[in-house]
Amino acid sequence: MSPRPPAAATPRLALTGISKAYPTVVANDGIDLVVLPGEIHAVLGENGAGKSTLMKIIYGVTKADAGEIAWNGEPVRIDNPAQARRLGIGMVFQQFSLFETLTVAENIALAVEDSRDLDALARRIEEVSARYGIPLDPKQLVHSQSVGERQRVEIVRCLLQKPELVIMDEPTSVLAPQAVRKLFETLRLLAREGCSILYISHRLDEIKELCDSATILRGGKVTGTVDPRDESASSLARMMIGKALPVFAHGEADEGGEERLVVAGLTRKADTQFGTDLDDIHLSVRSGEIVGIAGISGNGQQELLAALSGERTSREASEIHFGGRQVGRLGAAARRDLGLVFVPEERLGRGAVANMSLADNALLTAHRLNMVRFGLIRFGEVRSFADRCVDRFNVICGGVEADAKSLSGGNLQKFIVGREFLQEPRIVVAAQPTWGVDVGAAAAIRQALIEMRGAGVAVLVISEDLDELFEICDRIAVIAKGRLSPAKRTSETSIEEIGLWMSGLFPEGPATPAEASGVG
Amino acid sequence: MWVKLEPRAEPSRAMIYVSPLLAAGLTLATGFVVFTVLGFDPLAAFHAFFVAPIDDLYGWGELGLKVAPLSLCAMGLAVGFRANVWNIGAEGQLTLGAICGGGLALAFPDTESAWLLPGMIAAGVVGGMAWAAIPAFLKTHFNANEILVSLMLTYVAALFLSYLVFGPWRDPQGFGFPETRQFQDAATLPIVLDGTRLHAGMPIALAVLALGWVFMMRSFLGYQIRVAGLAGGAAQYAGFSHKRMVWIGLLAGGGAAGIAGVGEAAGPIGQLLPSISPGYGFAAIIVAFVGRLHPVGILLASMLMALLYLGGEAAQMNLGLPSAVTGVFQGTLLFFLLASDVLINFRLRVVRRAPGRVAPTERAT
Repeated sequence: MSPRPPAAATPRLALTGISKAYPTVVANDGIDLVVLPGEIHAVLGENGAGKSTLMKIIYGVTKADAGEIAWNGEPVRIDNPAQARRLGIGMVFQQFSLFETLTVAENIALAVEDSRDLDALARRIEEVSARYGIPLDPKQLVHSQSVGERQRVEIVRCLLQKPELVIMDEPTSVLAPQAVRKLFETLRLLAREGCSILYISHRLDEIKELCDSATILRGGKVTGTVDPRDESASSLARMMIGKALPVFAHGEADEGGEERLVVAGLTRKADTQFGTDLDDIHLSVRSGEIVGIAGISGNGQQELLAALSGERTSREASEIHFGGRQVGRLGAAARRDLGLVFVPEERLGRGAVANMSLADNALLTAHRLNMVRFGLIRFGEVRSFADRCVDRFNVICGGVEADAKSLSGGNLQKFIVGREFLQEPRIVVAAQPTWGVDVGAAAAIRQALIEMRGAGVAVLVISEDLDELFEICDRIAVIAKGRLSPAKRTSETSIEEIGLWMSGLFPEGPATPAEASGVG
Repeated sequence: MWVKLEPRAEPSRAMIYVSPLLAAGLTLATGFVVFTVLGFDPLAAFHAFFVAPIDDLYGWGELGLKVAPLSLCAMGLAVGFRANVWNIGAEGQLTLGAICGGGLALAFPDTESAWLLPGMIAAGVVGGMAWAAIPAFLKTHFNANEILVSLMLTYVAALFLSYLVFGPWRDPQGFGFPETRQFQDAATLPIVLDGTRLHAGMPIALAVLALGWVFMMRSFLGYQIRVAGLAGGAAQYAGFSHKRMVWIGLLAGGGAAGIAGVGEAAGPIGQLLPSISPGYGFAAIIVAFVGRLHPVGILLASMLMALLYLGGEAAQMNLGLPSAVTGVFQGTLLFFLLASDVLINFRLRVVRRAPGRVAPTERAT
């Protein structure tokens, strides 16, 4: 890497008054940001605060309506990502852009200029991965890689271009706790060599641990530029969401009642080449308890959820039981008739129809509540139920005739949760229930899950958010490479142990002793 | 100065309705140019094409004769299209409807029973549905593309009809012409408007449109179809059976086209001929989309399409234009509709300078 000026000299990157408006929203409103050489600078904000737009402007993906960008003191115009890369700006996106059928080296060759010679490139990859402690095999095919490994490909690809500024967009959301440690070491090493890092996140503890300074965004504006090490989590949260973090009540830990949802030896080949095979999964959820399944996405969660919801049926009816009844071969509608409700991860297009009103979306699964007579829809019933969802879950919307797509992610999620929970279910399955949802809505949804548990419902939550699972679950299991670990009582395990299990290292055995003996 | 297409924040509801009108207007404007280039006085040609055919009651009756099969086929197709089931074979299903309905009339040459006509209509529905059931079965069991299967079956149906009227069903007293005997009165649809040829097919079509509205907008099954079309993932999530949607979508199209086929055979023609429809089943695809898959829109769009048919015939007779002019107008209409639909999701904006720049520096590396 080229020699760099000492810190405190010219800023590596200085933004002045950057603004960007979209038809419905002002994403960035006069944003100033200064990143010094060798600095790890956090950009902190909730979903929708304007972080991603700002990064896209820096990386040349989007153009700002107004404002100036200075690079190493020189005013510049960044028209496209290729130009950003030539300046020395690299970016590691949250969503990876890799071809699954190609090897690591081939994928990198596609992005790096003058890399016709794959063998030479492979040697360069090995050099960089050795130097920064990022283990990577250039010959490996991407589809056989875990999410963490794919991220390493992206990082190495970025580092091969010898960047002076690396933008990391929510890098830890796909990583196990141990892998986060590794990543932080790499980033610190990079920074010591003089490379600046823009670190986007909404995880306060990570930012306090890693970053030298932080710019906090709320509603497209800068609400503060601070040294995160001097701030408390609650003061950062206040700047980020404009109020203190809400707290909520968890009932007494419970043994649970009778077994409501039992998965007994679920084994299934993936539908697609890049899916995950489910391997002999055993699980039991009792009434009045919340069981959590942790794991990094892509380890079989989607397949397990589809098997539970009935969107994919089993060949063996005995693989899944609802309260003693074999339901493996029943479809989604039949399972709902037996008292299952399901909050899916994808809100638009699965949990709700974007171009239909909230009332019509209420009908999607709640039609069982006397909303259809003689094959015709009873619109009065539909509307009053939708109104109840909106009232009870405090959904901010333009009335129940508003289209689902006009709602923010958090409000739509509250509506979907309301629609599902107000059907008086016996079993709740929720996937990533608070993913991408603002802090207030997330608290309301967690509270609702706990109320379901209090009402004697069997609740299963699949989430990547370990903090969330430890907050609300009675027992936690881990899914890794299509296998499910035994479920451990939350009080008897730790984030470290669950994190270790997430890499697939967990004791064998179909169930915990408590489950095997049949008493709670 | 530039004109820029800019994404709208949300689709314009007004444009959903303005777009078909815009397309109709642009089609007429294109016609104006075409007539002029061909050396006709455009105003006179226009009058001959679009006004003269319907300047009396008889003309309106002729219009209704064509509106009935067009709107029937389009309504049936719209049910499928709403569920993203692409039945392109209404023409073949119409033909099978005519064969089955007409076959019943031929099988009972001496019956004067009032039940014969309802029986023919029922037979037509069954015939159209049976023809549509083939792509439905192949789609649900082998995932065969319903567009190709239904389209190709149209040609099979046409050849089957030819075989019948050239062979076993040919009128022994018909001097060797390829046609069946004329149907008796009891097998012919009654005239509903004196002084015209408009028959009971029109009220039947209106009833089917009304039924279609209730089904699509008020019934739970219609709701499931709409969900399946708008968001397949949501339909799967709610447990709506995809196979069922395919079956309903195709059978609705086949059944309605079958009625239209009976209406042609038992209408003014009153017998089976080698060709029973001037492409109503295909034109109905355009009608369904111009009508926004909505019953009222379909009725209006089928009136426009019927006028194009009538105008084409009139232009042939009075101006000596080739019959292909009808097809030209149909194609132009669909072309402009698809183009105008861009404005539902985008808007035009006049930009006075080159778009997008980070002001005011000009330096790039």
